Amino acid sequence: MVRHTLAVLVENQPGVLSHVAGLFARRGYNIESLAVGETEDNTISRITLVVDGDEKVIEQVTKQLNKQVEVIKVNDITNEPSVDRHMLLIKVTADQVARQEILQLMDIFRCRIVDIGRRSLIIEATGDEGKIEAIIQSLKPFGIKELVRTGKVALVRGSK
Amino acid sequence: MNGAEYIIKFLENKGVDLVFGYPGGAVLFLYDVLGRSSIKHILARHEQGAIHGADGYARVTGKTGVCFATSGPGATNLVTGIANAYLDSVPILAITGQVSLDSIGRDSFQEADITGIAMPITKHTYLVKDIETLPVIMEEAWNVAKQGKPGPVLIDVPKNIFAESCNFSEAVFTPLSRKIPNKNNLAEQLSKVVKLLEKAKKPLMFVGGGVVSSGAWRELDKFIQLSKIPVVTSLMGKGVVPEEPGGSLGMVGMHGKPAANLALSNCDVLLAMGVRFSDRVTGNPNNFLTKTPIIHVDIDAAELSKNVETVIPVVSDAKQFLESLIKAFQESKIDININLWLEQIDKWVVQYPLEYKKGALLKPQEIIEEVARQSASNSVVVTDVGQHQMFVAQYYPVKGNRKFVTSGGLGTMGFGLPAAIGAALGRPGENVNLFIGDGGFQMVVQELAIMAQYNLPVKVFIINNSCLGMVRQWQEFFYNKYYAHSIFTSGPDFIKLVEAYGIKAMRLAESKDVEEVVNKALTYNGPVVVECIVDQEENVLPLIPPGGKPDEMLGRWHGETHISRIG
Repeated sequence: MVRHTLAVLVENQPGVLSHVAGLFARRGYNIESLAVGETEDNTISRITLVVDGDEKVIEQVTKQLNKQVEVIKVNDITNEPSVDRHMLLIKVTADQVARQEILQLMDIFRCRIVDIGRRSLIIEATGDEGKIEAIIQSLKPFGIKELVRTGKVALVRGSK
Repeated sequence: MNGAEYIIKFLENKGVDLVFGYPGGAVLFLYDVLGRSSIKHILARHEQGAIHGADGYARVTGKTGVCFATSGPGATNLVTGIANAYLDSVPILAITGQVSLDSIGRDSFQEADITGIAMPITKHTYLVKDIETLPVIMEEAWNVAKQGKPGPVLIDVPKNIFAESCNFSEAVFTPLSRKIPNKNNLAEQLSKVVKLLEKAKKPLMFVGGGVVSSGAWRELDKFIQLSKIPVVTSLMGKGVVPEEPGGSLGMVGMHGKPAANLALSNCDVLLAMGVRFSDRVTGNPNNFLTKTPIIHVDIDAAELSKNVETVIPVVSDAKQFLESLIKAFQESKIDININLWLEQIDKWVVQYPLEYKKGALLKPQEIIEEVARQSASNSVVVTDVGQHQMFVAQYYPVKGNRKFVTSGGLGTMGFGLPAAIGAALGRPGENVNLFIGDGGFQMVVQELAIMAQYNLPVKVFIINNSCLGMVRQWQEFFYNKYYAHSIFTSGPDFIKLVEAYGIKAMRLAESKDVEEVVNKALTYNGPVVVECIVDQEENVLPLIPPGGKPDEMLGRWHGETHISRIG
């Protein structure tokens, strides 16, 4: 099983996401992550899908997506040189003592503190999956109160 | 012009002269306009009858079937029929009413999210939220139903949109920027196809519903004459090559003809066109023709390599493919020598004919053979689903494109009767022979009213075995003969039931009467229902057990009394 990243351009219309998600559900494909948002053209949205499956499964996924009326284009960018990012917001238990240590850690990861409470901090981080995992692991000992993260977004690099 | 007027005008402009439907609160505006229009409306007795009617009509005419229903229960009653059309790739435009826009989402009276429900069983669904988008939606929906691999499309129209007025000529349309979904790689693949066929010693063509819907039967016939390559069909492809000596070897698959299945498992190149390698054909797809190179031609790229591995996938319409192939064969004067292979197939045909034993009780096969023998070759044949469907597939030779109507993919009991009505309306003046079981008949009996109303020449043969035959057969073979709820212990008097609708009814129970009763039914002017009392224990053979390979057929060979593996 290989993870594939698909960049799917769709019409920016209500119901499109449920078309795409429904397709995955009924054909038995697994979505690892999904991120959707408007593109530079506000009539078009871009869905970045991470799908688990062998070449055959990915080929079927791509063909089935292409059949949807609202799908404009499907690109498998798994093997393309690309920039990909996840975003993480994480609320960590942080008393006066821990706070200093956390700040140092977050400096290493180049994260930002976006909220300070009396006993907690909210940290914002972006990065590839490895970095996000590393941040979560490093903060675990302090006590994670809440965590939210987006699916992967990715763009193919410009030609050199 | 209001929304309802626009829709009716649009359909008239597209040449629609017949719609099937059932009115209700949310479509009253639509029906108000429909009633005054040139379009003929067939009032079904249940929405399921309407959608199957549109389906049968579409299958025999090649046009898009149109069906109307109201919101909520009206729309949900279409669901089975939509799924049926989706699996058999039949172009249908279903227009449903919806509660008014401001009532949507409030669980209003007769509200159901039909666009959500129908999403996985349609090519596309639309909910019209703005009357100005109606022209774009109608046009696109009409095209989507027909384009590429055909299928059903649903448009859900809120009641207020039907009523609202709009100056459509001035309305701003979003231009149709949507892609045409069909890629085509015919040009790059053709030479590979030719090369593979040229080398083949035992080539075989396997054709299905895609060849029917592309209307490629003339091209196919020409290519058969040119190449002499033998042909087998799927259930959906039945009839596209005449089933006669020198024509199609018949249907392959679970209940396929022995010679056809043997040809399939022994060929060295399979040229498959407009088929989707369903599990009824392949059994376990991982064991299906693992060593045979398969050329797969389909208009829908997603069908290629979906179920079986293909060495040469060709994305193309069957007609276009065959035209190019014929040209290539003629230009390079290809003459493949496959006489040994053809002789071998002829031997199989003789060695393993379909067999059944006549006895004291009437057999379904006797009736089917006799109807086929006496019918004009242009009659349309319609079936319901179950044992009789397979008997028709085996024993009724169909000779012609769009002459055979059956629920192939979904296997919908209750499809036959309304589909036969649709077929009769689509082919005025031609007899329609319908075979249906006593189970399926009771699911849709109410639609007899339409047959009576329009005096449609539908000849209904109820194959009455007082049970759900296919279920009973599986229970006999695979569930230790424990017949849980498959035997009807009570039922109507079919003769009285049919006569109550004002339709001529006859009963047939003995072999000696078959010829005479069939003759009476076929020559009678108008609808007839013949109740045929048949042997309850007759089974459909040969049978490939679940997961088996094409040559692992169980049957009675050479007059054996027991069932054995072929060979």
